[in-house]
Amino acid sequence: MNTALQAQGLGRRYGKRWALREFTIDIPAGHVVGLVGPNGAGKTTLLKLASGQLEPTAGGITVLGGRPGDTPAQLARVGFVAQDTPVYASLSVADHLRLGARLNPRWDAAMARDRIARLGLDPAQRAGRLSGGQRAQLALTLGLAKRPELLILDEPVASLDPLARREFLQGLMEATVEHQFSVVLSSHLVSDLERVCDFLIVLVDSRVQVAGEVDKLLATHHRLTGPRRDPDRLPADQHVVAARHTDRQSTYVIRTDAPIHDPAWTVTQLTLEDLVLAYMDKRTAGNRRAAVEVQR
Amino acid sequence: MIWLTWRQFRGSAVMMAAVLVVLTVVLALTGPDLASRYAAGIAGCTPDDTCDQFFDGFFDEYELLFVAVSFVVLALPALVGFFWGAPLITRELEAGTHLLVWNQSITRGRWLAVKLGLVGLVAMAAACVCGLVVTWWSDPLDKSAVPELALMAPLVFGARGIAPMGYAAFAFVLGVTVGILVRRTLPAMALTLAAFAAIQIAMPLLVRPHLMPPVSATFEVSRVNGMGPHIKERGGGSVYISMRPAVPGHLGAWVLSSDLLDPSGRTIAGMGEEAPIPVSATSGPCAPAGGPPNLDACWLEINRLGYRQQATYQPLERFWPFQWIETGIYALLTLGLTWFSFWWLRRRLS
Repeated sequence: MNTALQAQGLGRRYGKRWALREFTIDIPAGHVVGLVGPNGAGKTTLLKLASGQLEPTAGGITVLGGRPGDTPAQLARVGFVAQDTPVYASLSVADHLRLGARLNPRWDAAMARDRIARLGLDPAQRAGRLSGGQRAQLALTLGLAKRPELLILDEPVASLDPLARREFLQGLMEATVEHQFSVVLSSHLVSDLERVCDFLIVLVDSRVQVAGEVDKLLATHHRLTGPRRDPDRLPADQHVVAARHTDRQSTYVIRTDAPIHDPAWTVTQLTLEDLVLAYMDKRTAGNRRAAVEVQR
Repeated sequence: MIWLTWRQFRGSAVMMAAVLVVLTVVLALTGPDLASRYAAGIAGCTPDDTCDQFFDGFFDEYELLFVAVSFVVLALPALVGFFWGAPLITRELEAGTHLLVWNQSITRGRWLAVKLGLVGLVAMAAACVCGLVVTWWSDPLDKSAVPELALMAPLVFGARGIAPMGYAAFAFVLGVTVGILVRRTLPAMALTLAAFAAIQIAMPLLVRPHLMPPVSATFEVSRVNGMGPHIKERGGGSVYISMRPAVPGHLGAWVLSSDLLDPSGRTIAGMGEEAPIPVSATSGPCAPAGGPPNLDACWLEINRLGYRQQATYQPLERFWPFQWIETGIYALLTLGLTWFSFWWLRRRLS
């Protein structure tokens, strides 16, 4: 299977501060990848590295087997919808489609037109007068009609209201089903990603906490509740992600490939949100800021 | 990319074209009349040697228009840098649209190249048309202007010929470069204007006089290069003269220095400074008594005593060589800044 995104020890530094470090991953093509983490965790940096707008300070990254953003051919294969979905305020919707047609060799004009019509956007309207949701849809249309093999979206729904959010993600999902391309999208809200992602990367404090297919992550993570017990008395193949103790009770979030037989534990399934929160909690023990943001 | 650049730029381009068309039409309608009046005036004044008076009257009549038109040519490059150059990239950076366009199937280098090329060429063409039309129109006036506003004079030189084209190209790329560095539109515009104005002032003061070694020569004093003589009662009735920025036999030369030498060869006065001459103010050729003063006779007397003008100047014949050299200098500066902006875009801007 082809890889969509591959990184080896990837790092990027701004001055003295590392925005991303030791990022190593291999994402097969065909996934919808959710990149989740609190603000400032390095999500945008990673996505900019993948689209070739930033050069890595350390390590290497290949996207669809090529160097990101180096050549027109590579740019044609990767679509990118930037944070806040910028569009040219003074250009009309139709102008934006023409822009896409002129600048992209694989432009799908019919698809772009259909999509604009289905969304009910007036082609003669200036993009500056569109609502936030319409603007995001226009930016997404530009990204989709480019017919990329990988579409990267940086917090595409962050500024949208819940309804526009759902419509946006729905449109994205329909397009992935129809045209078979990989997607990487970032958000600081797990609930946005839950509906659409089948691959998850949790990024906190510029480092990856966990990454993998959502099904596999959910199958290997469990919440154990039972009488109080120290973590070093857990079996060796159970890795503690998060732990919480009261006087008499312990609650663990653990990762393990093996089944859990200990009858003392009550084992419960984790939701994706629980799982992400557990990893964020682990990283920011004593600093609840990130967790609060995710729960918001 | 050309389409997109044009689509973003066409409003400004149309506005510039409209201004140029109006200017050209006005100058084309008045130009032939101006030229024929000049020709008639010259034909009338040559036989009785009164052309100086004709020049004065003719130039006075059109001075306001002359200054206004020259100002337009001088201002155009600055406006190009201010309104076209500085916002070219910063507007995209501020709106975030650079991220939109950089993620179409086009490299950033090509994006910048098309933007710089298209808008830069339009700016150069506009300045070139403007400069040449004004040069054609003002030819009769340039021939009759006072030395301070002659063709080679610092302000007028920059408003004639092809130099405005070089200025416009440079101002535009300067604006773009400042914009790439500052990343915000308003500060970039202000900085561009300040930097461009400073360079435009420094050029005629520091660089242009040395584009070619200036000619240095000694001339007899006369009413062509001297002011006066006049008699100061309070100075004991001495005769005073001063040197003007003009040299005999080189009409329209750009005089860099014009000193008065006394008979021993010592400099006794710089340009415009008055110096006493030891000739009698009560009798002889320089005395005002006895009818209208015969100035030419007085100048002859001063020459006979050995007073001379020591001048350094750039003759009028060097106008076009200077235009080419100066345009070339600005072209080199433009290329340097262009290279820098590409380098910076690739290295730092992301």
